[in-house]
Amino acid sequence: MSPLIVVEDLAKTFVLHNAESAAIPVFSGLRLEVGPGECVVLAGESGVGKSTLMRAIYGNYLPSGGAVRVLHDGAYVDITRASPHEVIDVRRRTLGYVSQFLRVIPRISTLQLVMEPLLENGVDPAEAKARAEGLLTALRLPPAHWDLPPATFSGGEQQRVNIARSFIRNYPVLLLDEPTASLDADNRAIVVGLIRQALAAGAAMIGIFHDHDVRDAVATRLFPVSDFKAAA
Amino acid sequence: MNAMAKTIQAAPLLSVRDLTKWYGQILGCRDVSFELRPGEVLGIVGESGSGKTTLLNCISGRLAPTSGAVEFDTSRFGLTDVYGLSEPDRRRMQREEWGFVHQNPRDGLRMRASGGANVAEPLMNLGGRNYGKMRQATIDWLERVELDTRRIDDKPRRFSGGMQQRIQVARNLIHGPRLVFMDEPTGGLDVSVQARLLDLLRELVRDLGLAVIIVTHDMAVARLMADRLMVMKGGLVVETGLTDQVLDDPQHPYSQLLVSSVLQI
Repeated sequence: MSPLIVVEDLAKTFVLHNAESAAIPVFSGLRLEVGPGECVVLAGESGVGKSTLMRAIYGNYLPSGGAVRVLHDGAYVDITRASPHEVIDVRRRTLGYVSQFLRVIPRISTLQLVMEPLLENGVDPAEAKARAEGLLTALRLPPAHWDLPPATFSGGEQQRVNIARSFIRNYPVLLLDEPTASLDADNRAIVVGLIRQALAAGAAMIGIFHDHDVRDAVATRLFPVSDFKAAA
Repeated sequence: MNAMAKTIQAAPLLSVRDLTKWYGQILGCRDVSFELRPGEVLGIVGESGSGKTTLLNCISGRLAPTSGAVEFDTSRFGLTDVYGLSEPDRRRMQREEWGFVHQNPRDGLRMRASGGANVAEPLMNLGGRNYGKMRQATIDWLERVELDTRRIDDKPRRFSGGMQQRIQVARNLIHGPRLVFMDEPTGGLDVSVQARLLDLLRELVRDLGLAVIIVTHDMAVARLMADRLMVMKGGLVVETGLTDQVLDDPQHPYSQLLVSSVLQI
């Protein structure tokens, strides 16, 4: 089966123009393919560039070279060269991202926030609401919280809102940046269940997990980012 | 499929080519080119004096550029150079198909007319004659922007700054424009009022599938509202790209400075 993500010769060097144009090389020549049902876990110590790679794949960081091809509507789109509206379309329908932190929007309720990815895809509001409530229940977020904006929630609660927002749509490709970082063991197990369910349905995933139990429970293989460390 | 999902295949709604504006010897903006699709939100960011407002005024048909073209997909003539239209045709097109939200509500409202009359006026200008219908549309819009409809007859000066701004938003959306220009729409407001207005604008833009060009110097507003950004400095566009990419991994020295200067709270 054809891979859903193809990373080709990817390179990233940060250039800080306001710090005497200091260049910080992260990786170069990085190659990676991920197929349906695969969960590739990025390995390596902190600072090796795992999050940078994830963000480059999502189009959030601009690589210095190479390509990131994502299978979208049956054709590969190179995220590094696609126009903003193409990237937005790929993100809306194909490429999901669970970050460590929830970007809270003032005044928007938890339920609205979780429904949003469905509303953006034209799903009927009543159906979106039912699915959001189902997922928040599965993630054991008390219904009393649903109508509140998550700004004042605990780290673990915000994280679960974030996870609900990303798993409410069945994204063919999911990037997981420490989705279980601030969760207790029971909630971690629930998230592992969601990840496995999505993998069984054919999603391709790239993840960063510092928690070894979670990693062992979901990884189909490890990918050492340090193998592609760029020379300074 | 909603309006946003259609964005990808759609032809440009607005096409700006090599737009340049000189004020005598002084540069307003230079060689600006971009396209905007239906439903797309473009943010123009930069410090004061960077040329953002000049650019916005040129694009919105309010300030003739020195050179370059602004083409809009008009419903009457198709894709047409805005400055190639006769004055009456251009004004009609602006009234029918565009909205313009000013930073200061006083620039966008008739201060002597009531709040309700301000909201209803665009419908009357477009030939609306059924007063019952127009009044109902006005009430609907006042509700939509979360204003107390019992105050429909109050003059704008009796409303707070945030409320005036919401009246201005209603006035600019009631006629169903396809493109709305916003010049620092949350500029003069307290932060809590600003957050409320931003939520409202975000929701309306999504639900109506509006194309928006928003000028702001506030990076948080840019992140919340815009799909993509243009960073301006000294009248030139120094960087463009997807909003989160420009804000999280800015490439140009000036964009890096701009983003790193934002205070974290």
